[in-house]
Amino acid sequence: MDSNIITIKNLHKSFGENNILNGINFKVNKGDVSCIIGPSGSGKSTFLRCINLLDYPTQGEIIYKGKNVLEDKYDVDLYRSKVGMVFQQFNLFNNLNVLDNCTVGQVKVLKKKESEAKENALRFLDKVQMSKFIDAKPKQLSGGQKQRVAIARALAMDPEVLLFDEPTSALDPETVGEVLKVMRDLAELQMTMIIVTHEMAFAKEVSNRIVFMDEGMICEEGSPEEILVNPQNERTKNFLFRFIVGESS
Amino acid sequence: MVEKSFFEWISYILQYYGLWFLQGTGITLMIALLGTVVGFLIGLGLGTVKKIPVSRNKFNRIFMSAVNFLITCYVEIFRGTPMMVQAIVLYFGMQEFLGINFNPTIAGIIIVSINTGAYMVEVVRGGIESVDPGQMEAAKAIGMTHGQAMWNIILPQTIRNILPATGNEFIINIKDTSVLNVISVTELFFVTKTIKGAIFRTYETFIVAAVIYFVLTLTVTRLLKLLEKHMDGPQEFVHVSSTMPIVFAKKSGDK
Ligand SMILES: Nc1ncnc2c1ncn2[C@@H]1O[C@H](COP(=O)(O)OP(=O)(O)O)[C@@H](O)[C@H]1O
Ligand SMILES: [Mg+2]
Repeated sequence: MDSNIITIKNLHKSFGENNILNGINFKVNKGDVSCIIGPSGSGKSTFLRCINLLDYPTQGEIIYKGKNVLEDKYDVDLYRSKVGMVFQQFNLFNNLNVLDNCTVGQVKVLKKKESEAKENALRFLDKVQMSKFIDAKPKQLSGGQKQRVAIARALAMDPEVLLFDEPTSALDPETVGEVLKVMRDLAELQMTMIIVTHEMAFAKEVSNRIVFMDEGMICEEGSPEEILVNPQNERTKNFLFRFIVGESS
Repeated sequence: MVEKSFFEWISYILQYYGLWFLQGTGITLMIALLGTVVGFLIGLGLGTVKKIPVSRNKFNRIFMSAVNFLITCYVEIFRGTPMMVQAIVLYFGMQEFLGINFNPTIAGIIIVSINTGAYMVEVVRGGIESVDPGQMEAAKAIGMTHGQAMWNIILPQTIRNILPATGNEFIINIKDTSVLNVISVTELFFVTKTIKGAIFRTYETFIVAAVIYFVLTLTVTRLLKLLEKHMDGPQEFVHVSSTMPIVFAKKSGDK
């Protein structure tokens, strides 16, 4: 079955002397919703950033459509346009309004016509219920609204995989729900996603795989039940225990 | 002959030499404006070049560090010497060694442009660095090349950020074009000196010049404030009512 999108083999990343990722193997299949959990500083963000090459891995392979994207002559920009990213800090383009945020990539990178890009963007803005705001600048939006636009912007590129790095961590509690709802809808539509999150209930509900990372390695992975209910690894148990205690206190 | 009062002198000067002042003002404004615009473009270009990320290709790396070195030399030399000296060296140097006879006004525009450019390189570099790094990352993440990200996302924000500094440079240029009198550019200061020489009234003539300079810089300051406001756009936005009923289709077809 040809449902594999990306295969990551023995991925390493170091910043100077510090080894942040220590040999990660990971497969992304079509329709997978994988949630990555783990303590702060364990390398979750770095892992996501290595997947779409915002950080360049120091060693290893990222195989996409049979080719290693880390090879010298590979067209990195095209690959990136197919691997979308949603950031904790939204990173909407501050100089552009909501609509242009969602069309600029289609026009400049995918070389679509303005009209086509606009129609496509409106479809996704409607989906995240932001089509009333197409003329607004990012600074005029709330955090939750910004993040929904950021998701629409990523979707408008028609990505094969969407990466989310703690998409709700910078949000006010009351707006977390509206962003999670959008992501839940995407999961239902079989969008392939890798989500770094601390929202355990959400992770359990939407994902078909949970990955626990610590010290730059994948310690344990499996179905939500396997990891969240019945973890085998000591570190996973510790993390979840501390997490649950922290939540309820 | 009865001695004229201060105000009589002023009105005498304006009456007989008003047109001279006007022409001098025109030349000053033109040199300052062109110099600032060209200098801004030089700064934008070279500042952007300075921020090109280090290439993984060895040849490109060596080439870029050579280019960066040249830019640094340019910036240091033109910031480290007085514009008056630069004007003399360029103007008379060209005559002496290359036999090129520049029109002084054109020489003036070139000097002010190059000089402003040297200051603007650093201003632009700082302006690019003041844009949130997340902007570049988001642009990269949707597949933009470094150039596309710069042009569409980073530089528009940079330009807004450095507008006050550019305006400041413009105002400095209005005042500093006065040093171009050393190469006989007929700008406001040169004209003032000439008029003084004709009527032997230093104080009154220069009072007129001072007022003109002040009105120029004040007007420019005001105009720039308006421009900044305009670039920031309206504080309000309108809600667009229901675009069209669109159904979000399930992602179709596994290829
Ligand atoms: N650009 C960088 N330079 C140096 N160290 C970094 C850089 N980015 C991340 N790190 C380090 O890598 C480690 C993992 O960071 P990160 O991937 O952000 O972890 P997480 O997202 O799991 O909290 C941290 O110790 C952090 O200090
Ligand atoms: Mg992180």
